[in-house]
Amino acid sequence: MLTAILIMALGAVILGAALGYASIRFRVEGNPLVEKIEAILPQTQCGQCGYPGCKPYAKAIAEGEAEINRCPPGGQEGVVKLADLLGREVEPLDVEERPRQVAFIDERSCIGCTLCLQACPVEAIIGAAKQMHTVAAALCTGCELCVTPCPVECIRMEPVREKIDGWKWKYPVFEITPSKRAA
Amino acid sequence: MSALFQFNGGVKPATHKARSAQTPIDTAPLPTLLVVPLHQSIGSQPRPLVRAGEHVKKGQRIGAADKWLSSAVHAPTSGKVLAVEERVAAHPSGLSALSIVIAPDGKDEWIELEPFDPATLPPERVREILRDAGVVGLGGAVFPSHVKTEAAKTRALEALVINGAECEPFMTCDDRLMRERAEGIARGVAIFRDLLRPRRVLVGIEDNKPEAIAAMLSAVEAIGEDFTVVPVPTRYPAGGAKQLIRVLTGKEIPADRRSPEMGAQCFNVATAYTAWRAVAFGEPVISRIVTLTGNVERAGNWEIRLGTPLREILPLMRPKADTNRYIMGGPMMGFELPSLEAPIVKASNCIIAGSPSLFPPPAPEMPCIRCGACARACPHELQPFELYWFARARNFGKTQEYKLFDCIECGGCSYVCPARIPLVQYFRFAKSEIWSRERDKASADAAKARFERRQAREARERAEKAERLAKASERKAAPASTAPNDAAPDETEAARKAAIAAAIERARVQREGVQAGNTGDPDATRREEVAGAGIGQCRAVDAPDAGQDSRREGQ
Amino acid sequence: MPHYLFIVIGAVLVNNVVLVRILGLCPFMGVSRKLDTAFGMGAATTFVLTLATGATYVIDHLLLMPFGLEYLRTISFIVTIAAIVQLTEMIIQKSSPVLHQVLGIYLPLITTNCAVLGVPLLNVANGHDFLESLIFGAGSAIGFSLVLVLFAGIRERIEGADVPAPFRGVSIAMVTAGLMSLAFMGFSGLDKYR
Repeated sequence: MLTAILIMALGAVILGAALGYASIRFRVEGNPLVEKIEAILPQTQCGQCGYPGCKPYAKAIAEGEAEINRCPPGGQEGVVKLADLLGREVEPLDVEERPRQVAFIDERSCIGCTLCLQACPVEAIIGAAKQMHTVAAALCTGCELCVTPCPVECIRMEPVREKIDGWKWKYPVFEITPSKRAA
Repeated sequence: MSALFQFNGGVKPATHKARSAQTPIDTAPLPTLLVVPLHQSIGSQPRPLVRAGEHVKKGQRIGAADKWLSSAVHAPTSGKVLAVEERVAAHPSGLSALSIVIAPDGKDEWIELEPFDPATLPPERVREILRDAGVVGLGGAVFPSHVKTEAAKTRALEALVINGAECEPFMTCDDRLMRERAEGIARGVAIFRDLLRPRRVLVGIEDNKPEAIAAMLSAVEAIGEDFTVVPVPTRYPAGGAKQLIRVLTGKEIPADRRSPEMGAQCFNVATAYTAWRAVAFGEPVISRIVTLTGNVERAGNWEIRLGTPLREILPLMRPKADTNRYIMGGPMMGFELPSLEAPIVKASNCIIAGSPSLFPPPAPEMPCIRCGACARACPHELQPFELYWFARARNFGKTQEYKLFDCIECGGCSYVCPARIPLVQYFRFAKSEIWSRERDKASADAAKARFERRQAREARERAEKAERLAKASERKAAPASTAPNDAAPDETEAARKAAIAAAIERARVQREGVQAGNTGDPDATRREEVAGAGIGQCRAVDAPDAGQDSRREGQ
Repeated sequence: MPHYLFIVIGAVLVNNVVLVRILGLCPFMGVSRKLDTAFGMGAATTFVLTLATGATYVIDHLLLMPFGLEYLRTISFIVTIAAIVQLTEMIIQKSSPVLHQVLGIYLPLITTNCAVLGVPLLNVANGHDFLESLIFGAGSAIGFSLVLVLFAGIRERIEGADVPAPFRGVSIAMVTAGLMSLAFMGFSGLDKYR
C-alpha cells in the first residue's frame, strides 16, 4: 500500500516538475490569432458588434468572449470565414444583412459643424469648421456612425450603385421550363 | 522554318466563315448619332476632354489617357457633342458607362494630321503616339499596345508573334484585313519590331485562310522584311495569344507572368495595322473592321466608326425576321449585347445575329460524371471538372489551387461537355467573385490603416495637450509652492491640484471682474479698457476652459 | 525481423484503431472538416501516442511490475498520457497558434482519447517488448493519421456535393466513415504470416 502511494506520488512530482519547466520554456507572448481574425473583419469600425472597433472585437473572439456572428457588415460570409478559421460551427448572423451602402451629405443643408467629421472612424468625410462637408464615397465603409451626430439631419445612407468596373458575373442559374405536353 | 509545337486539346467547331469572307471590306455610312464610351481599353478610364455643346473634328482626342495603363479615345467624325453622360455600354451587364454622345454634322472634317516617319522617332515618342492615338489590342482583349511594346527588363525578347489566326467561328475581319491591307499590317509589325527588338518575328495564320497567308507572304516580301509567315493548324483556340505563342515558340505563359518575361510578345494583325496608320499617317483609332454575320441576309465585313449604335448597323446586315439577339464577339467567347443602343467599341470584332435555330437555347444542365472530356479539350491543361466542382460550391480558395486564373475562358470545355454544363459561366462567376473579394480586402485594409492613423493622431493630440497643460500648470505652480522640479510624484500631483485650484480661482475672479465692469457704472478708464480690445474677455473665456481641461487631466 | 513490419501493417491497415477497433472516433469526426487541421491533429496524435507507448512501457516495467502494482496500470497510464498531452499542447501553442486554436478542445481531449489509452493497454495485453511497443504505438498513430487525412479529403469534396438536406453535416460523415470501415475490412488477413 505504502509503495503504491509512494510510487504514485513520485510520478506526480516528476511529471509536475516537467510540466512546470515546459510552461516557462514555451510561454506564449500575446495572441497572434487576433491578427488573423482581424484580417477577416471588414474594418468598418462601426461598433455594431458591441465593441469599439474591429480590433477589440477580434480580441474578444480570440479570447472566446464573443460570438462570431456579431458583425453585420461582414455578412454571413464573414461568419463562415471566421468559423473556418476557428473551427467553430457556422451560426446565422444575429442581425439582418443589408446591402452595402455609403453615406451621402445633402450639401444644401450642411451647416459645417464638423460633428460627422469627428464621428467618422475611417476619415472618409472631408470638410472644415463652417465649411460644407462631403463624403469621399470610395473611402466610406457605410458604418452609419455619422448619421446620428448630424444636428440638421442632412446625412443619409444610400445603397452602392453597381458599376461596370465592379460588376460580377452571376452564379449560373437556369430556369427549368416544363416540357410541352400533348393535350 | 522551325517546327510547330502543339497545345493540349482544343475543339473544332463548324467555322461558318465562308459567308462573310466573300465580299471586300465595305465602309459603313455615317450614323445619325455616335455614342463613344470613354473606357474602351484595359486600364484606367480616360479623362473626358470635351463638354456638351462643343464642336469636335474627326480624329480629335475626346478622352485623354489617364495613366500609363490607359488609352485615348477620339471623335469618329466631326460634329457637336450633345452630352457627356452615362449610356448603356457594350458589356454583358447591361450597365451604363460614361460616354460622349456626338451628333455628326455630315462634313466628316478631319483634324490636321501629323504623319511621322517611324524610323526616325525615338521609341518613347512612338509609344506616346500609340497611346494618344488610342491603339489597343483589337483582337478583343483591348490591352493598350504602347504598354505591350515595353520589353521586359529581365530578358531580351526572343519572338514577336503576330496573331492572324482568328480561330473563333463566324469571324472573318482579320482574314479580310490581311487579304486587303497586308502591306499596312506588315509595316505596323515593323513598328512593333523596332520597339521590341525581338530575335525573330512570326506571323501565325490558321491554314484555313490561304488567301490571307498568300497576301501576307507577298506583302512581307514587298517591303523587304524578314518576318516569317507561318500557317498553323486550324483548331480552336489557336488564336488565343498564349496558344499561338505556344504553337509558334513552344513557350508556355503562366497566369501570373507577362509574356515578355518568358521571351515572347503577341499582337493582333488589326492592331499592327492601326499602329501603322497612327504613326505613319497620324490617324487615331476611330473605326474598326467588324464582321456582321449570323442570321442575316447580307453577311460581310464593314469598317464601322467606333460609337455607332447597334441599331444603326442593322440595315447593313439585314437580320432575318426570327433574329432574337445579337452577340458581340464570337459564339465561343462572346456575349449577348444588352440593347440595340449598345455601341460598337474597339473590342467589337464581330456581331452575330442569333436566332433560336442558329443558337438553340441551352439544354438543361446534367450532373457532372467526371468523364474528363473537358480536361482533354482544355488548351491550358487545366481540370475544368475540378474547377467546376469548387466554383459551384463557392470554394474559391480551392479554385485558385486548381489554377482558375490560368483559364482563358475559351469555352472549349463547355463546348465538349456531354452534360451540357456551362463551365465557363461558373469560372467567370468564380473569377469575378475573387476579384471583388480582393477589392473589398484592399479597401478594408485601407480603412483600417486610416482608422489606426486617426487613433494614433488622437492619442498624440491628447498626450500633447496633457503635456502642454502640465507644463503650463507647472509654470504657474512654481511661484506658489517652491517645490523643486524633481519632486516626488505626489508632490507634483499636489502642485497640479494647486494649479487647477488657482486656475479656477483666477477664472472666477476674471469672470467677476468682467461682470463688474459690465454692470457697474463705467468710469472713463473702464470704458476704454472694455472698448480697447477683447483681450480681457479672451482671457476670461480661455481661463475657465483651461481650468476644466486641467481638472479633467487631474482626474 | 519481418515481424516488426507485420506489426506496422497490422496497426496501420488491418487493425486500424479508428476503422476496425473503433477507437478515437471523437477527433475522427471532430477534426476532419479540413485537410490541414486533419494533418495537424494526425501529427499531434502521432507524437503523443509514440511518446505515450514508450513512457507507459517504462512505467509498467520499471515501476508497476517490480512492485506488483499492476492494478494501478490504468490510472498511472492516464496520468502519464495527460502530462504528455499537456506538453504537446504547450509546444503547439508556441509553434502554431492557429493549429492550436483549430484543434481547440480536441487537443486536451487526446488525454481521454481512447486510442491513446487503448494502444498502451493493447501493448500490455499482447505482451510486446519495448521496441515492439514503440512500433505498435507509432503504427497505430500512423493508421489514425492516415484515415483522418483520407476522411478529411473526402469531407472536403462532400462540401461541394448536393447532399440531401437530412444527410448534411455529421450524418453524411457517419455514412462515409461506415463505408471507409467496410473498405478497411478488405485488409483483414494481411498480417497473418505465421
